[in-house]
Amino acid sequence: MKQTTKLIFELSHKGRVGIEAPHHDIPKAVPDKKINSAFLRNDIEGFPEVSEGEVLRHYTRLSDANFGVDNGFYPLGSCTMKYNPRVNEVTARLEGFAGLHPYQDTTLTQGALELISELEDDLLEITGMDAVTLQPAAGAQGELCGMLMVAKYFKDKGKPRRKVIIPDTAHGTNPASCNLAGFDVVRVASGKDGYLTAESIKKIMDRDTAALMLTNPNTLGLFEEDIEEIARIVHAKGGFVYCDGANLNALMGIARLGEMGVDLIQLNLHKTFSTPHGGGGPGSGPLAVKKKLAPYLPIPRVKRRGRKFTLDHTKGKSIGRLKAFYGNFSIMVRAYTYIKRMGVEGLTAVSKMAILNANYIKEALKKDYHLPFDTTCMHEAVFTDKLQNVDNVTTLDVAKRLIDYGYHPPTIYFPLVVDGAIMIEPTETESVETIDAFIATMKVIAEEARTTPKLLKDAPTTTGTFRVDETGAARTPILRWLPEK
Amino acid sequence: MKSALPYIPHTEDDIKKMCEAIGIASVEELLKPIPASLRVDGALDIKAGLSEQETLARLKELSEKNTTTKASFLGGGSYNHYSPSVVDHLLLRSEFFTSYTPYQPELSQGTLQAIFEYQTLICQLTGMEISNSSLYDGASATAEAVLMARRLTRRGKVVVSSALHPEYRDTIETYLLGFNEEPTELAYCTEAGSTIAKSIDSVVDEETACLVVQHPNFFGSIEDIKTLAEKVHAKGALLIVVTTEALSLALLKPPGELGADIAVGEAQSFGNPVSFGGPYIGYMATKQKHIRQLPGRIIGETKDTKGKRSFCLTFATREQHIRREKATSNICTNQGLSALASAIYLNSLGKAGLMDLARLNLSKAEYLKNELSEIAGITATFTAPTFNEFTITIDGDTEKFLKQLSKKKIIGGLGLKRFYPSLNHQILIAVTEMNSKAELDTFIETASEIMGNLK
Repeated sequence: MKQTTKLIFELSHKGRVGIEAPHHDIPKAVPDKKINSAFLRNDIEGFPEVSEGEVLRHYTRLSDANFGVDNGFYPLGSCTMKYNPRVNEVTARLEGFAGLHPYQDTTLTQGALELISELEDDLLEITGMDAVTLQPAAGAQGELCGMLMVAKYFKDKGKPRRKVIIPDTAHGTNPASCNLAGFDVVRVASGKDGYLTAESIKKIMDRDTAALMLTNPNTLGLFEEDIEEIARIVHAKGGFVYCDGANLNALMGIARLGEMGVDLIQLNLHKTFSTPHGGGGPGSGPLAVKKKLAPYLPIPRVKRRGRKFTLDHTKGKSIGRLKAFYGNFSIMVRAYTYIKRMGVEGLTAVSKMAILNANYIKEALKKDYHLPFDTTCMHEAVFTDKLQNVDNVTTLDVAKRLIDYGYHPPTIYFPLVVDGAIMIEPTETESVETIDAFIATMKVIAEEARTTPKLLKDAPTTTGTFRVDETGAARTPILRWLPEK
Repeated sequence: MKSALPYIPHTEDDIKKMCEAIGIASVEELLKPIPASLRVDGALDIKAGLSEQETLARLKELSEKNTTTKASFLGGGSYNHYSPSVVDHLLLRSEFFTSYTPYQPELSQGTLQAIFEYQTLICQLTGMEISNSSLYDGASATAEAVLMARRLTRRGKVVVSSALHPEYRDTIETYLLGFNEEPTELAYCTEAGSTIAKSIDSVVDEETACLVVQHPNFFGSIEDIKTLAEKVHAKGALLIVVTTEALSLALLKPPGELGADIAVGEAQSFGNPVSFGGPYIGYMATKQKHIRQLPGRIIGETKDTKGKRSFCLTFATREQHIRREKATSNICTNQGLSALASAIYLNSLGKAGLMDLARLNLSKAEYLKNELSEIAGITATFTAPTFNEFTITIDGDTEKFLKQLSKKKIIGGLGLKRFYPSLNHQILIAVTEMNSKAELDTFIETASEIMGNLK
C-alpha cells in the first residue's frame, strides 16, 4: 500500500478549474439583482481548485491506502464481509432505477414499487414474519423503528411500559436505540456457557417490561437454544421479543426467527444480502414484524392491488416516518439482485457454508488461542488473547500483526463480556484455501507471540502507516483542514 | 449441495475435507444446536436462482417499467444534477466500496482521509467549525440536530417552521416520540413564502431548545437567517438551519456566518443520483464547542508512531459501541460511500465550477419563473427571492395542468396539495442544469397552451 501525504486542499492552486459548469443557454441572472446582496457569498474560502486529472490521481492514491473485501480476507465479526457481486452494481445503476425521482407519480414508478413489494415478500419468507418495512436506512435505524413501534403499541393501549431487557452480549446500538425510543435498559447477564437462560429472564420479566431485545445467533456466535422458552416467558407478561438480525447469515433456509417467538427483527441488507459496506454505509435495515405490530410500521407502505402498485400514506397508528422518501432504494435493488441470483437453494447453502467455515476455523485454532466457549458455533467464532497474555501480548497486537500478513483483522474487544475478544466471521464466500492460509498465519502469530513478541508490538509495518495515536487525536482535536496562517 | 452456486466456492471435496477436519460426518451435524422443532421443514418459498444474465434481464425489465425519459422539474428534497464521469469511476474503486467502517486506521487511511476532507468541505460550505462524517439523509439528520439541541440547551420544546419540508417535519415528530414531545409549528407568511420572524417572540420561549428553519425553504424561498437567529438567540434557544438543496450553499452566504448554531441538510445534489429517494446523505456541521453532543462518526487528524500525519475515528466516547444507552445517538453504519461521492463531486468541480453551476441554476430557474409568470393565469406564488426552486399558482386545476404537461413529456413539478391542503392551486418547480433551454421553452409553450384552453 502506498500512502499519500497531501490533502486535496494542499494540491489546490488559485485559478485552476476542475470540471466547468455547462454554458448559459439562457440569459444570465445577476444574483444581487435577484437576491439581497447581504444573503450572497462571493467566495468559498479554502475550497479546492484542482484539475480533473489531479482529482482522479488523488483518490486513486487514497484507494491504494485502503483495504476492502476485494483486497483480501476480511473476517470482521458481526459485519458479514462477504463478496460484493458486481452485477449488483450494474443493476443499481440502471437508468430506470438511478434516474427515478421519488415524487414521480406512482404510475411512472411501477417497476420500483414491484421490486420493493417482491423484496418484501422474500424477506418475509426468509424470516417467517408477517409484515415488513424497507424504510430504515441501516440496522440501527431499524432497531429504533421497532422500539418506537413497541412503545407506541403500549401507549395506544393506555398502558405505557418503561423497560427493555438487553443481554450483556448485545451490540451497542441495541441499548442506544432503546434509549432513543424512551426506554430504560435492564441489563441481563448471559449464562457462564454463553447462552441466555430462561431462568434469568423469568426473574426480571414483568408487566412494566415492553420487550426483550436479543440477538440470535448471539454475538458469541452461539444459537440461543432456549429461545422458545424465553419467548414464552416474555409473551406471558404481554411483552415482545425483538431480535437483532445482524447475524441472519447463519439461519437462511435453516430456521425462521418468526417461528421462534420473535415479534420484530431488523435485517441488515449490507451484511446478509451482499450489498457493499461502502467504507461505512450506506446500508439498509428493513424491519419485519408480526401481525399485531403491523399497523405501527412507518409510512408510506407499498400496496399491491392486482398487478398495480401504490403508496399508501394513511397514518393510522403508524409511528410516522424515519427519513424522507422510502428508504435506501439502490441498496434494495442490490439485495433484490442477490436474492434472484442465489435462489432458494443458494440462500440455504450460504448459511450452511458460513457455519462450516466458522467451525473449521474454530477447530483449527482452539489450541493456539483460548476459546471461551468450546461448542459448535454458528457463523462466527470468538477467541481471546488469554494464552498470549502470558507473554504480555494482547488482542490488539495480534490484530495489528495480521495486517502485516495482508489480512483485515477480526472484530476485537467485542462482545464486551469476553476479555480480549477476537471475533472471527469468515462468511461463506471464502474458499478453504483462503481459510487454511489464514489459519496458518494465525498459528505463526501465536508462535511469534511466544518467541518474538516485538514483531507484534511493532506491527503493522507494511502499510505505510504505523500504529496511529488515537488518544492524541481526541486530546488535540483536528477535525478539519485549515489554511496555514 | 450442487457444485455451481453463485459466490460460494466450496466443492464437494472441500466440504468433505472440512467436515473431516472438524470431526463430523456432514454439515448437518453443525446445525444440531438449533432445536429440531425450529428447523425449516422443506424449502423456503423463494424462486430458484437465476444466472447472471437472466438476473440482469429481470432487473432491466423492472427498471423499464419506470419512466425516466420525461423532462423533470421535480425537486422537493431530491434534485437531478449532472454527475461528472470521474465520480462513478472513483466510487467503483473497490478498495473504497468493499471496505467497512475504518476501525483499523493503519489500513483505512484512504477512507479516513477522504472523509476528513469531506468534513472540511462541509465546514467550508456551511461556514461552520466542525462536521461529522455523515448521517442517513437530510430528514434524519435534521431530527438528530433537534435531539442535539435539546441536549445542549437542556430544554424540551422544539419549534419548527411550517415551511420546512413536510417529510422532515414528520421525521422530527417520529424521533421525538420517545421523548414525549411534539414539535410546535411556526407559520410561514403566505405572501412572502418565508418564515415569519415577528411571530418568533410569541412561539419561541424560555423552554424552547431550538427553531428549525429550512433555507431555501420547501417553497424555494430564501429566508432571512440573520434576523431569525437574532430573535431565537434572544430567547437562549438554538437555530438549526436545514438545506435540502446543498448547491445553494455555493451561492448564498453560509448559515454559519448568519448565526446558525447547527447547519444540517441533504447533500444528495453533490454526485448522488435521485435513485427513487435513496441512499442520500445527511450532513451536519456545528461549532467546535458542541463537539461532545455531535452525533455520528468523526474523523480526526493525528500522527502514527513515526510521526507521519494520519487519520482515525475520534471522540468515540460519544458513540453507541462505547457509551451504549448513554450515547449521543444510536447511529453506527452511516453513509460513507455517499459522502465520498459528494467529496469527489465537490473536488472535481472545484471552487469555480461549483459557484458557476449555482449561478447557472439560479439563471435557469429565474428564466422559467419569469416566463411562466407572463402567462395569463399563472403567477409566482411568493414574493421572497428564490434559488433554483420556486412555487407557482395556477388559476385552474393543478392536477389537470400537470397531466396535460405529462402528455408533452414534461413532469412539471410537485403539486403542493398533498402536503398543504390550502395550497391546492400551487406547484413546486425545480430547475437545474439538467433542464436545457429547449425543455424550458417547451414547458413555457405548453403551459401557455394549457392555460389558454383552461380559460
